[in-house]
Formats: sequence, structure tokens, C-alpha cells
Amino acid sequence: MVVYILKRILAAIPVMGFVALFVFLLLRLTPGDPAAIIAGDTATPEQLEAIRTSLGLNDPLAVQFFNWISQLLRGDFGTSILSGKPVIELIADRMEPTISLALTTIILSVIIAVPLGVIAAWKQGTLIDRFVMLLSVLGFSVPVFVIGYLMISLFSMQLGWFPVQGFKPIGEGVGQFFHRIALPTFTLTLLYIALIARITRTSMLEILGDDYVRTARAKGLPESRVLMRHALRNCSVPIITVIGIGFALIISGVVVTESVFNLPGLGRLTVDAVLSRDYPVIQAVILLASLIYVVINLLIDIAYVLLDPRIRYA
Amino acid sequence: MTDHTVSIAPPDRVSALTRTREVVLSSPLVMLAAFILAGVVLSAIFAPWVVPHDPVRLSPSVRLKPPSDEFWLGTDAFGRDLFSRIIYGGRISLVVGVAAAIFAVALGLLFGLLAGYIRWVDAALMRAVDGLMAIPSILLAIAIVSLWGASLWTVLVAITIPEVPRVVRLVRSLVLSAREEPYVEAAIAAGTPTWLIMRRHLVPNTVAPLIIQGTYICASAILTEAILSFLGAGINPETPSWGNIMAEGRIYFQINPGIVLWPGLIVSVAILSINLLGDAVRDALDPRMAKRGIER
Repeated sequence: MVVYILKRILAAIPVMGFVALFVFLLLRLTPGDPAAIIAGDTATPEQLEAIRTSLGLNDPLAVQFFNWISQLLRGDFGTSILSGKPVIELIADRMEPTISLALTTIILSVIIAVPLGVIAAWKQGTLIDRFVMLLSVLGFSVPVFVIGYLMISLFSMQLGWFPVQGFKPIGEGVGQFFHRIALPTFTLTLLYIALIARITRTSMLEILGDDYVRTARAKGLPESRVLMRHALRNCSVPIITVIGIGFALIISGVVVTESVFNLPGLGRLTVDAVLSRDYPVIQAVILLASLIYVVINLLIDIAYVLLDPRIRYA
Repeated sequence: MTDHTVSIAPPDRVSALTRTREVVLSSPLVMLAAFILAGVVLSAIFAPWVVPHDPVRLSPSVRLKPPSDEFWLGTDAFGRDLFSRIIYGGRISLVVGVAAAIFAVALGLLFGLLAGYIRWVDAALMRAVDGLMAIPSILLAIAIVSLWGASLWTVLVAITIPEVPRVVRLVRSLVLSAREEPYVEAAIAAGTPTWLIMRRHLVPNTVAPLIIQGTYICASAILTEAILSFLGAGINPETPSWGNIMAEGRIYFQINPGIVLWPGLIVSVAILSINLLGDAVRDALDPRMAKRGIER
């Protein structure tokens, strides 16, 4: 088991290495002077020269890459052009809204989507099934900001149930926190339900046709027990997998949703950075998001073994 | 592994086309999707003859007007006719969608063939694919656009690159199962050159899945373009695209929600139609998936 976990961790390192290489090459392959991009439009020639020296732009590319990596490993993600602060501080300040939104979305989506998928598979071909399938195609088709604006239009402007925009940290009161994060969460959840409900339905359909499910039914187990204990348990691997893959979707969704609802999170930070061409910030957010993605998928790989004893980890 | 291949020999192709037509005609929802998509494509192509107003001419005297006989969906903050702008906006979205699908499929096919057939390429290429897939696609696209500046080409590259890894994986898995087939082993034994094996035996196996994947990429590219424009990382704001119109309408949302919601409706319906058609084509071309009941 320990060996398996160590192997998985070792396998994740080259993936992160390639992510770093992409981000590195992206800047270096851009036509023009990387120092000018890092420094922004208002930089003086002295500032440019200083950045050129600190990036080591006169060194060979490989040397530059390894110097840059060792900077990253020491937690040095550079300085924001816009604010002049270290990027790592800016990111730390913006973590809470993003993590809050991602967590509430994942929890709410799983609570809604897994039962929906189970029911759709159980009642295959019925109206409920068609409704769930249509809902899941809709989730892949409607841009998340359109859902967001529909939510604002209906629940904030027409009904006045929720504030239009803004965020309150959970430390300032749980009620306020949920009141403010409700609409962004519903918005993203609609997108994420699509993904999870679809995969739950598909895996349930496969398993419901298996012999041991027929046996369970034949020996007179209540249907709820057949569905939950026999079928759903065996779907846990694909469902967990898709939650991991969907994390990338959540990040993309969070960027947009934060922009719609004006939440001061990482997404908002990224969009502001794009508008002012603050590349160090964008670069750091990409590295961080990819790292979280890799770590989550690593945890999922480990969870497989715990959830499904049939998976060998020799 | 043999059941993972979808072979399309010439006689099959005829029946696949017939089956596609059958599937499209059998479901009213898919027929509606085909009809809507045809409408969007035709109105975008023939935009100059369809629109009642110039989509870019500013007329400050009629800013933010509600829908009327003259302006069917009202006007935006610069007095431009919303309906005309949405029709023209379809051009950008459709070009981006189709071009991204073609480029992503072409690149994915090339790298997928190499990874699936040449072992030493496989290991390195698949690590790169894993790395690329770990980067959330919107963030990658944002980074590319912010570095290279906003133009149609940059946006196209930014949307295509994150789509390529999925195609590579698909093609690789198809090639891996096809190369175990006796006819491929026979071709290798007979000394057929690698490029000929790829062209004659491996590529045909990828055609049907790639057509399906291509439609999904087209839908997702249109979605990404709208999101990029909406975030201000898309093509030049002066060109009407569905995302740009919505981005401009954001600040006036409380005054005239239609500026955001109408293009939002059109973009959603267009993407939904492409996805539904993709599902229909998949069911027609890939009986294995239909049999497993992934979607009826």
C-alpha cells in the first residue's frame, strides 16, 4: 500500500514538470521581450534590465528553466506588475472565496446529482430519465455566466431573495456567508450536476445489468438496498473519478462565476490580471490550479484502492 | 480489446450515413436541433442580407431601447441593433467552433498515431498530454491570449490547444487496440511501410470516433470563445461575437437584461443543438455505445 502510494506520488512529479515546462515555454515563445511582458507597459529601462538579470535571460534556456523551477520550489512566484506585491501574498488573500465556492458546489452537486443519476438509471427510458439526460446536455451547453445572470435576474432582481453580488467570509457569520454564496453555488452546481449525474447513470446502468444485482433482487432484498448496497457502491470508482476530472471544470467555472457575482477570489484575481496583462499572477494561478488538480487526482487514485478491493496495487 | 474498435469499411459507410439519417429523423428533438443549427448557420453566412440594421453603426439617440418594431430585440449602449449584432456574432462563433474542431482533430490524430504506434514516442508524449490536461483549459486559454494579444488567430490557438490532449488519448487508445488486429500484424509481417499501415489500416478506424469527438469540440470551442470574450480575453471587442455582446451588456444588465440574455439564449441553443446532433451521430455510428445504453 505504502509502495503504491509512493509510486503514484512519483508518477505525479513528471506531470507537474510538464506543466511547469509549458508555462515556462509559453512566456519564452511569445514574440517580443519576456522581460517587457513581465515588467508591464510602464517599466523604465532600468527596471527592464533588472528583470532581465533576475530572469537570467542571457543564460541558455535549460539553465533559465532550472533556475526558475528552483525559485518556484522556494515559494518565490515573482512580483505582480499591477500591485508590486509578491504574487504568493495576493493569492493567499484571495483563496477563501474560491475554496468556499468550490467546496459548496462539489458538496451540493454530489448530494443532488448522485440520486438523480441513480433514479434515472433505475427508471431507464421513463420521463425522469429523459429529464435527467436533457438536464445533463444542458449543463454542457449553457455558458455558466448565462446561468449566473438568469439567477441574478430571477432571484435577486425579481424576487429579491438574495443579494446581487458580493462575498462575506464565513468568520463574519455563517448565515451571511451562505446567503451570499448561495447564488454562485447554485449557478456552478447546475453545471457540475450535468457531469456527475451523467456518469452515475451510465455506471449504474452497466451494473444494474450484472448477475449479482439480479441475484440480490431474486433473493428478495428490498429495491432500495439493491440500489444502494449492491449497485451504487460499485459505481463509486467512476463517480469519484469524474469528480476529480471535473475539478478542472470547477476551476474554469469558478473563474467565470466569481466574475459574474463579483466575488473577490482567485478567478477575479486572474481576470483582473488578464485585463492589465499581469503575467506573473496568471502564471502562478495556472501552476497552483494544476498542482491542486494533480494532488486531487493523486488522492483519488489512492481512494480507488480503499473503495474497490478488486483494484490491485502491486 | 477487439470490441473497442469501430471499423468503417466502405460498405459500412453507406449504412452509417443511412443510420445517421434514420437517427436524426426518428427523434423530434434531434430534428429540431438540426433545424435550429441550419438556421443559425445560414443566417450567419447570409448575414448582410438578413439583418435589418448595420451591426456596428453607432446611433447614440437610440441607446438602450427596449424591443420594438424597428429594433426587434432592442438596442445596446451605443444604439446598435441587438438582433443584427447577434446574427453577425454567429459568424465568429461558428468559424471558431469549426476551425478549432478541425485543428484539434488534425493535431490529435497526428500525435495520437505516433503515440499509439511508436512505443518510445508514447511515454514522453503521454506525460506531456497528462501535463497539458492538468492545466484548466480556461486558464491556459487566458494565459495564451494575454501573452499573445487578442486576435482571431490567438483565440483560435488558445481554444484549440487545450482540446488536443483529449483527441490524442482517444486516437491512441483506438490505435493501440487496432494494432493488435490480425490484419495489422499481417501488414507488418508483409513489410508494409509504417506510413502506409497508418494510412490504410489505422486511420480508418479513427474516423467515426473522431467525427463524434469533432462535434463535441466544436460545441465546446463555441462555449470557450463566449467565455473568453465575456471575461475580456477574447477577440477585439469591436467585432460583434456572442461573447463580446454579452460582455458589453454586463454593466447595463439591470437596465436592459436582454443584451446579455438574448445572445446567451442563442449561444446556448446553438451549442445544445450541436451536442444533440453529436449524440445522434454517435448513436448511429457507434452501435457499441448505443447497445450499452449510454444514451437512447
